[in-house]
Amino acid sequence: MIPAPVDGAWAWGAAAAWVALWGLNVGLVRAGAGATRPGRAAISAAFGVAVLVLWEGAVRGWQIPEVILPAPSVIAATIRGSLPLLWGDFVQTIVKGGLSGYAIGCSAALVTAVLIDRSPFLTRGLLPFGNFVAALPIVGIAPIMVTWFGFGWQSKAAVVCAMVFFPVLVNTVAGLAAAEPMQRDLMRTWSAGYLQTLLRLRLPAAMPFVFNGLKIATTLALIGAIVAEFFGSPTRGMGFRISTAVGSLALPMVWAQIAVAAAAGTAFYGIVALIERQVTFWHPSQRGRG
Amino acid sequence: MRAALPVLAVLAAVVVLWYLGAVWLNAQWTIDQAARAGRTVTFWEIVADAMGQRRPLLPPPHQVGAALWEGIAGQPVTSKRSLVYHAVVTVEATFAGFLLGTAIGILLAVGIVYSRVLDLTVMPWAIISQTIPIVALAPMIVVVSNRIGIGDWLGVENRLVSKTIIAAYLSFFPVLVSMVKGLRSPDAMQVDLLATYNATGWQGFWKLRLPASAPYFFASLKVAVAAALVGAIVGELPTGAVDGLGARMLVASQFGQPLLMWAALFAAAAVAGVLILAVAAVERVAGRRMGVRP
Repeated sequence: MIPAPVDGAWAWGAAAAWVALWGLNVGLVRAGAGATRPGRAAISAAFGVAVLVLWEGAVRGWQIPEVILPAPSVIAATIRGSLPLLWGDFVQTIVKGGLSGYAIGCSAALVTAVLIDRSPFLTRGLLPFGNFVAALPIVGIAPIMVTWFGFGWQSKAAVVCAMVFFPVLVNTVAGLAAAEPMQRDLMRTWSAGYLQTLLRLRLPAAMPFVFNGLKIATTLALIGAIVAEFFGSPTRGMGFRISTAVGSLALPMVWAQIAVAAAAGTAFYGIVALIERQVTFWHPSQRGRG
Repeated sequence: MRAALPVLAVLAAVVVLWYLGAVWLNAQWTIDQAARAGRTVTFWEIVADAMGQRRPLLPPPHQVGAALWEGIAGQPVTSKRSLVYHAVVTVEATFAGFLLGTAIGILLAVGIVYSRVLDLTVMPWAIISQTIPIVALAPMIVVVSNRIGIGDWLGVENRLVSKTIIAAYLSFFPVLVSMVKGLRSPDAMQVDLLATYNATGWQGFWKLRLPASAPYFFASLKVAVAAALVGAIVGELPTGAVDGLGARMLVASQFGQPLLMWAALFAAAAVAGVLILAVAAVERVAGRRMGVRP
């Protein structure tokens, strides 16, 4: 079924390393490392290392050509060798296109949610509509935005803006309804006005929902920024680099960009999750964590 | 019924805003044309013109509707100009990816629920996998799956394989998360009851955990099918594909045919709606079989 490896030492060595790391993980779990935060991190990191080792061993052992799957060591060397290029693409796509679109789209959604929340009629109408639009393949508007706003980062920001708007809107509207009637009554007994109730009770109560939307939006933002570059971009940017590198079969460069995208995506999500922990420390899902 | 009126009002507002936007965005072209011809135009001429340009910046709803109708009913469904043809190509990949992704999601969820080791090793990486913008991987998946020739081996088109992989990648995660939650939803009391019945682990899974996870499962399926469609469309973009709704959008954008582009976009939206409704229908039927009372 699987052909014998060309370079047996690498193949079997990697397989042995995989088994050893898996054994280590089983041992760690048995020893109760899953109960602490560093323990959990160590277990998942060991799995990541095991995958990399297996990958490297398979590529070297079976001499897989670089145009199909480059080894992790080759990808790492490419990243080291082209840092300025990767940085330029990162700034163009993630910072200019992704982050600015994310900021505009999310703040527009928050403001819209607070505004339509005043009218129950609009809320009832916009919620099903927003839920439906949130499920649509909005990424398809990328070519339209490119014709409207040109090849620069503005069109990417516009796509991101449209992609993140509805998930954040729907979640915020749901969140604004989360404060309990009892709590609202209490605010009224203190003769708090609309604004005070909003700022002191309802917005804080809505935060778990809002952050849920914001976290979903982080991934969407990166997808939108990269896809929009497939429809036209200046001669830099991650989507541009990926499509041209694939065209010339420079797979290590593609993987280097993927590594950057993965790191950026994870970091972006991690930062939002971190802010969430600070803001919604009172919520049951955040309490009792190490 | 209570929700119908507000939703209709919102839809009407969207259409009105859309018309206003069409006039606003398309006016510049009319004004430029008139300036080139040395004429001036009145406001009403601009409005009239904005409703029927051949290459508008923002086509008004009725033009999109006409293009959509032309693409669906005006062609034989086997024609390459028919949106039905392209939709079928995309839906094929969506279904294949949806089935594959759902299967992977369920298998992983069962593994995670029954093995603490899998839970601690795989779950964090499953979460990280979703923060990676899959579209960065899409062109490479396309090239590599063409090169390895998985499609020839399976007896299908290579393009279908790459789109399927991307759709499966996007759709496995919601199923995984919901199934883990669903399989863990029976409380200790119920698990204890099965233990007093001397039920085996297999019976516990089959008669308690799996039925208990059904509501979570169907809720995630709706998300997964929408995600699979996005995956299939994105998978068509960087591939040089000529068939499928995503390819249709790309080609129309490159050849400056905004009406075709908008028609393909709305066709994709309609397909998403139909798929979600289909899953909801399956959910209702399955729920009735399992004795859910409305």
